[in-house]
Amino acid sequence: MSLQARTVVIMESGSLESPNSSTFSLTDEDHTLGNAVRFVLNQDPRTSFCGYSIPHPSENRVNIRVQTTGDPAKDVFKDALQDLMSMCQHVRGTFDKAVIDFKKKGAKGGRQRNTKGGDREKVVRKAVGDMNID
Amino acid sequence: MPRVSALDMPDVPKGQLPEHLNFQRTRVLCASDAALHTEGIQYSGAYASMGVDNSLNLEKFCENFKVEVIDIKDEESSGTDWDKENSIEFDMVGIDASLANAFRRILIAEVPTMAIEKVLIANNTSVVQDEVLAHRLGLIPIKVDPRLFEYKSENDAATEKNTIVFKLHVKCGKDSTRLTVKSDQLKWLPGGSELPMAAADSSSKIKTYTSFSCSQDSLPEFSNNPITPAYPDITIARLRSGQEIELEAHVVKGLGKTHAKWSPVSTAWYRMLPEVVLLQDVRGENAEELVKKCPAKVFDIEDG
Repeated sequence: MSLQARTVVIMESGSLESPNSSTFSLTDEDHTLGNAVRFVLNQDPRTSFCGYSIPHPSENRVNIRVQTTGDPAKDVFKDALQDLMSMCQHVRGTFDKAVIDFKKKGAKGGRQRNTKGGDREKVVRKAVGDMNID
Repeated sequence: MPRVSALDMPDVPKGQLPEHLNFQRTRVLCASDAALHTEGIQYSGAYASMGVDNSLNLEKFCENFKVEVIDIKDEESSGTDWDKENSIEFDMVGIDASLANAFRRILIAEVPTMAIEKVLIANNTSVVQDEVLAHRLGLIPIKVDPRLFEYKSENDAATEKNTIVFKLHVKCGKDSTRLTVKSDQLKWLPGGSELPMAAADSSSKIKTYTSFSCSQDSLPEFSNNPITPAYPDITIARLRSGQEIELEAHVVKGLGKTHAKWSPVSTAWYRMLPEVVLLQDVRGENAEELVKKCPAKVFDIEDG
């Protein structure tokens, strides 16, 4: 229950011969982390396959499968977590700044009308038209 | 004539995606029967054959990511306590749905707050059963910064660092007909519980249900800032003549995944930014009808 004392237990299971495919089993985690890590891992060129599953809904556990093109799965997984952390930190920083900026200029009017739609609209119109969808 | 791959034709742009693929990658299309391209393209090598790298690039992410706050409603911007609305609306540009959804899930289930967890009922002669009353109390939001408190485990002693105590003692007089008990009648006990525990032997000092080493209102965080429910007008129970409620409520820190009462948001949601594209120009009467048809006032008639 206590968050400070909480440890995420990670079990790694893979084959002894090749370290480039492993399943990481994280306790007390769910789709929040599973899906985000899968997203980051899939964007890593070293990953050949990545997916996650929650084996049973009443068990607080998520399994993340990582297969790589050669590097140890462990390292790729760790890098993904590190990247995810950096991304979240950047989001946090940007968000804090946006809130400060908003408060500084004072709450004015609602959503700004997008007036520079011209070019982009043409592109989208063409793309939709090409697909023959009514 | 030498064979040339279609992708090497001179009119195929190198190093960037053709329009239709870029559209697939960046838009969800609401077609007449179903939404198309709902799944984001995540695989790093998805466009390798076109010489486009789809892998994660932190620098590029940091460069492209933007946050734009649309609206904030809080105590400062909207008047009195009971009609205040706490909300924030913002755009996130350049982020995948899997991350936006993770933030939404974290807001709902993994950001701690303080909520009433234990209720010690000394007397309850109202028609509301003890357990229903305890449940109702649990759902009352408490206005206090949870960062100032520690989590309390089942075996931990209740101290000034992990517990807040409220007292509720209300009685409907013999001469009045009814009384509505509201959340502002919960009185904060900065010194901890006042209910004595049943002592094993009468000689020892009387122990209460908490062991505070100091009074909470002597702490600098709370000395000028008493802890109260977030709203003063939440109905807890209704009493009839002669009925009485006397209880103590113990507030602890927790997470929304344990129980929704610890969720700091009433709701948190995200959606894709909608983009409306007219496939052909709409003129005259049709244009006026289109403007009238849309309740969200998306359309506007341009001159010329």
